[in-house]
Amino acid sequence: MAAVSDQLLVYAILGYALAMLAYAVEYAFGSRSVVARVAERELVGAGGRTAAPGAPAPVAPSAPPLAAPGLAENARIAGFAGRGALVLTAVGWLLHLAAMVTRGFAAHRVPWGNMYEFIMAVCFVGATAWLVLVTRRPVLRPLGLFVTLVLVILLGIDGMLLYTKVAPLVPALNSYWLKIHVTAAITASGVFLVGFVAAALTLIRNGYDDGKTRFPYTLGARLPAADSLERTTFRIHAFAFPVWTFAIICGAIWAEAAWGRYWGWDPKETWSFVAWVIYAGYLHARATPSVRRPVATWIAVAGWAAMMVNLFGINLFIAGLHSYAGLN
Amino acid sequence: MSTVDERPVEAAAPPPTPGPAAGLVALGRRAWRWLTSMRTALILLFLLAVAAIPGSLLPQRNLNLEKVRAYYTAHPKLAPLLDRVGGFDVFASPWFSAIYLLLFVSLVGCLVPRLRSHVVALLRVPPDAPSRLDRLPAHADGLALHGDPAEVAARLRAVLRRRRFRAVVRAQPDGGFTVSAEKGYLKESGNLLFHFALLALLIGVALGSWYGYKADRVVVQGADQGFCNTLQQYDDYGLGSRVGPADLEPFCLTLTDFQARFLDTGEPADYRAAVSYTVGSGAPADAVIKVNDPLRLDRARIYLVGHGYAPVLRYTDRYGKTQTIVAPFLYIDANKTSSGVVQFPDANVDPVKGRDPNDKQQVAFAGMYIPTSDGTHAVSVFPAERNPVLVVTPYRGDLGLDAGIPSSVYTLDQHQIDTGRLREVGSEPLRLKPGDSARLDDGTTVQFVGTRPWTALTVRYDPGEKVVLGGAWCLMIGLLVSLTGRRRRIWFRIPASGPACAGALSRGEYPGFTAEFDNLVKEVQ
Repeated sequence: MAAVSDQLLVYAILGYALAMLAYAVEYAFGSRSVVARVAERELVGAGGRTAAPGAPAPVAPSAPPLAAPGLAENARIAGFAGRGALVLTAVGWLLHLAAMVTRGFAAHRVPWGNMYEFIMAVCFVGATAWLVLVTRRPVLRPLGLFVTLVLVILLGIDGMLLYTKVAPLVPALNSYWLKIHVTAAITASGVFLVGFVAAALTLIRNGYDDGKTRFPYTLGARLPAADSLERTTFRIHAFAFPVWTFAIICGAIWAEAAWGRYWGWDPKETWSFVAWVIYAGYLHARATPSVRRPVATWIAVAGWAAMMVNLFGINLFIAGLHSYAGLN
Repeated sequence: MSTVDERPVEAAAPPPTPGPAAGLVALGRRAWRWLTSMRTALILLFLLAVAAIPGSLLPQRNLNLEKVRAYYTAHPKLAPLLDRVGGFDVFASPWFSAIYLLLFVSLVGCLVPRLRSHVVALLRVPPDAPSRLDRLPAHADGLALHGDPAEVAARLRAVLRRRRFRAVVRAQPDGGFTVSAEKGYLKESGNLLFHFALLALLIGVALGSWYGYKADRVVVQGADQGFCNTLQQYDDYGLGSRVGPADLEPFCLTLTDFQARFLDTGEPADYRAAVSYTVGSGAPADAVIKVNDPLRLDRARIYLVGHGYAPVLRYTDRYGKTQTIVAPFLYIDANKTSSGVVQFPDANVDPVKGRDPNDKQQVAFAGMYIPTSDGTHAVSVFPAERNPVLVVTPYRGDLGLDAGIPSSVYTLDQHQIDTGRLREVGSEPLRLKPGDSARLDDGTTVQFVGTRPWTALTVRYDPGEKVVLGGAWCLMIGLLVSLTGRRRRIWFRIPASGPACAGALSRGEYPGFTAEFDNLVKEVQ
């Protein structure tokens, strides 16, 4: 069963990688105007009216002529690739799910008892969050390239460097709090992952809009409009932050039962606190008119950096009470 | 807007008034404004995050004293400098405290006015419609509302109230009416709850550090090895600043049984310690302490934090007197290779003449206990007792226990050995399996009877915990309410004659706002 799970994970990564390729094709063939136009339409549909007081609903900018046959052909390829990318993402997601389920059966427990399984689960939540997001807001589809990129990188590191054989839980983890605390932490991390992608792309799009022509900013040409991205970034974080808070509170309750204190500045606790404070800072900064939006978005990126330090730095390099990585 | 409403913006300083006192007041006021501004709070929040980082990178005294000592050895120059700035006690250091205390002062300074204005807003009726509704983000003209303006207004108010808006009708001087409605007060309530819950957390933590305590004790299995919750009986303890020795919960406890299961890889699978305890003069009770499952008394909790083996030695001295001593050995690796010493301070006392103080013939056995020996190395290969061996060196002489100086029960007094007052017996250490006996050079015998398990227990009491837990759940609820709440106002203007109009305003992010407004406008027509 464990071997099946390992195989399935490889196929899941492959699925995401192919999806990434398809997103890239869409990205390459989707003309700037198409993306921009879709973004514009989206803006009108979702929040346009709240942003434009008084005037009748803004008129969609007159569509650029699609007369050129090459352009139409490109748009067709892009649309096809985009839909294919979504299907491939969904296939990858199903394989990913199967990998986790088989892993759980192999270990006779919830499949998040060590670092390998934790990252697998975080990526699964990230993929789920992405599919939910793109279903609800199809205009965000260009983000898929970057979401799948992060998924492939994380899962690749996970499978190649952090692989751990199936083993029962160490006694300290043998508690129903594992299901509550760790599930909440995984959910928050997975959603923050998508939030990070949205935040980073918001900054890239901002830079592109400001006329920057260096490498990462050139990617901004085919992204949805900056304020649409920015609002998405906020809403993802506003969803994940309470989950993260809940994870920390549950961790404190568990720590009280397991270690005799609800908070002890264990390195993992410290970095969870750091990430929580940074994300709290992001939500506050975004709600403060005197703080410019890009500054706030940078804070969200810093929050993800703290999450990554917490995941990799603390697990691999610093010993503490949370040393369950299962790696020696 | 979403998590917070605007903090007071840094207003211009009040006009300068003559006199140094007034200048001071102005300065103070400016400092207070600066401290309670959102920008400062954000900076403090960021500083708090940054300040916590060294606490995870440097060894901390409250987590692991050993690592701090190791750091001192590894970096003899740097360590004292770091120590001077609180590098090994980050979370108790003045600068860390300064940041969070300033943050909390800033928080209070911001919360109190916000609470006041929120209470006012809760008591106040929604304000009258602005003169130009068409300037609002959402508005509708020429509404088909027919009938007497007063009746229309009353009907609108009913519709709005049904949708849980707070609505009020005002008669206008021109004979028309306006309906003002507001909803979403919970958002600010949740927001305030979240921030006040943070204060509750701080108070709970403070209560815990004043009235809580923590104490550690190694308990060997057996009715003769129990302990009571008094400071003398602890190996180590830390009392809160307002806890006296008399405040400790009066319980006594013995370890009746201990079971550990291990996987074949040597990783632990399960621990459980059966204990018997009494509280005060109450009847004895039994309980099982497991990892994740402490024994909870009214004013104390007892945790299982470690376990090991305590070899039992029976020594028959030259006068034929037999004594049995059990001594816990401390494990030094995950496979429970353990080191310790079994001391017989009352051995070899002449029953007629008594002890000669200048020629003490006390006996001790120091060395290693190996629960699963591979037969050659002095290192255990498995944490359970599959092939136990005790490898100890006998010592005879003055153990140095009578000097009244507290000493470790896990090692011999090195000073006594160095000064020759305590001497090794024989050239080879003894290698004993359970049941084995050995004869020393003076004809005395020692038998390795077997081992008893010991557990390391931690006793804790933290009265602030309930406050912290309550605060944490309030924080969670406040956070959810403030992130999901949507504050918005809707106005209808019904002139004495002619078509009515409506407008609405949302405070903060609310994507469904226009849809809700359109829906409402459709419903009332």
